[in-house]
Amino acid sequence: MVQLTLPKNSKVTRGKTWNKPSGKGNWKEFRIYRWTPDDGKNPHLDTYWINTDECGPMVLDALIKIKNEIDQTLTFRRSCREGICGSCSMNIDGTNTLACLKAISDVSGAVKIYPLPHMDVVRDLVPDLTHFYAQHRSIEPWLKTDTPTPPTEWKQSRDDREVLDGLYECILCACCSTSCPSYWWNSDRYLGPAILLQAYRWVNDSRDEATGERLDNLEDPFRLYRCHTILNCTRACPKGLNPAKAIAELKKLMVERRV
Amino acid sequence: MSMRTPLKNVRHLGSAKEGADHFWLQRVTAVANLVLGLFLVWLIASLAGADYETVKATLANPINAILLLMLVISSTIHMRLGMQVVIEDYVHQESSKILLLLLNNFFAILVGAACVWAILKLSFA
Ligand code: SF4
Ligand code: SF4
Ligand code: FES
Repeated sequence: MVQLTLPKNSKVTRGKTWNKPSGKGNWKEFRIYRWTPDDGKNPHLDTYWINTDECGPMVLDALIKIKNEIDQTLTFRRSCREGICGSCSMNIDGTNTLACLKAISDVSGAVKIYPLPHMDVVRDLVPDLTHFYAQHRSIEPWLKTDTPTPPTEWKQSRDDREVLDGLYECILCACCSTSCPSYWWNSDRYLGPAILLQAYRWVNDSRDEATGERLDNLEDPFRLYRCHTILNCTRACPKGLNPAKAIAELKKLMVERRV
Repeated sequence: MSMRTPLKNVRHLGSAKEGADHFWLQRVTAVANLVLGLFLVWLIASLAGADYETVKATLANPINAILLLMLVISSTIHMRLGMQVVIEDYVHQESSKILLLLLNNFFAILVGAACVWAILKLSFA
């Protein structure tokens, strides 16, 4: 059966408080999920206080400040700090989003930060995305053609290129997939919104000649049809994309090729 | 500890190349249920307060009987498909999943057969 409560060794306990407010300034409280595989202890929530007058505006700025100035052991992923690499996805204030795009001032009260839900945790805010990346690999996200490669490039009309808008911008941050209840319960077989959006991107590419083969690989009660149009994915996407619509389009194509 | 690669796990047994029919049939039966359900509401309203003989006479009319039979078939198919999805979503242990899927089929057929029998009995009485 689906597991609705956390196993005993995953129950989150209270942790330490760091850097209590001292002196003037705008102090903000951050409650952050901590876990390391090294000490055998349960995960805990540490509290960090930050003077936001001396910190950049985004949640990622606060995390970097904590790591640099307060607690070097805090572990998280980040790279571009401008919403293009997809590394800093985490659950902030109850929603999956990118720490570098989420303003601290958008959160009222304490900022609660957890790793992406329902994934194995490597450490602190770092989830294990191995399976997610393998799922991406499984849809063969590259141009597949049988026609001999032209000497210069594969041509694409302006209109055909425009069809990929709203799809190519996906940065594979996994915010959508890890917000999807269907993905929580069945991620071993269900591909999830991020990967299905990518799959649709390739199905929809005017230059790709493997459309039918791609649809064959997707037509499966678990790979595709676990999506029940719950729409959490679209609400979560920090890039404003609509994976639920891409999935609906895939389902439409499945019907179209048989009626 | 499994020594299989992540891609091996994802590809698993490959695509079942199936699911579109299930999806489509669920939509078709949903539409049919809607239309036939309206007919049922209308029929019940028009038979409100009627005695047994009137009801029997109404169901002896083949159009009424056939529409009701179609509603029974369409809605039991719809129910079977819907419950199948719920079972596949939430039950992960392979043997209990198979058992529940089997029971789901039997249950839907039983409900359908009982309704069909009741309608025919009234219709041909
Ligand atoms: S629409 Fe589909 S993919 Fe998106 S959250 Fe719902 S079930 Fe998941
Ligand atoms: S669709 Fe949006 S939320 Fe999902 S992986 Fe792509 S960018 Fe992230
Ligand atoms: S750091 Fe690159 S998306 Fe946030």
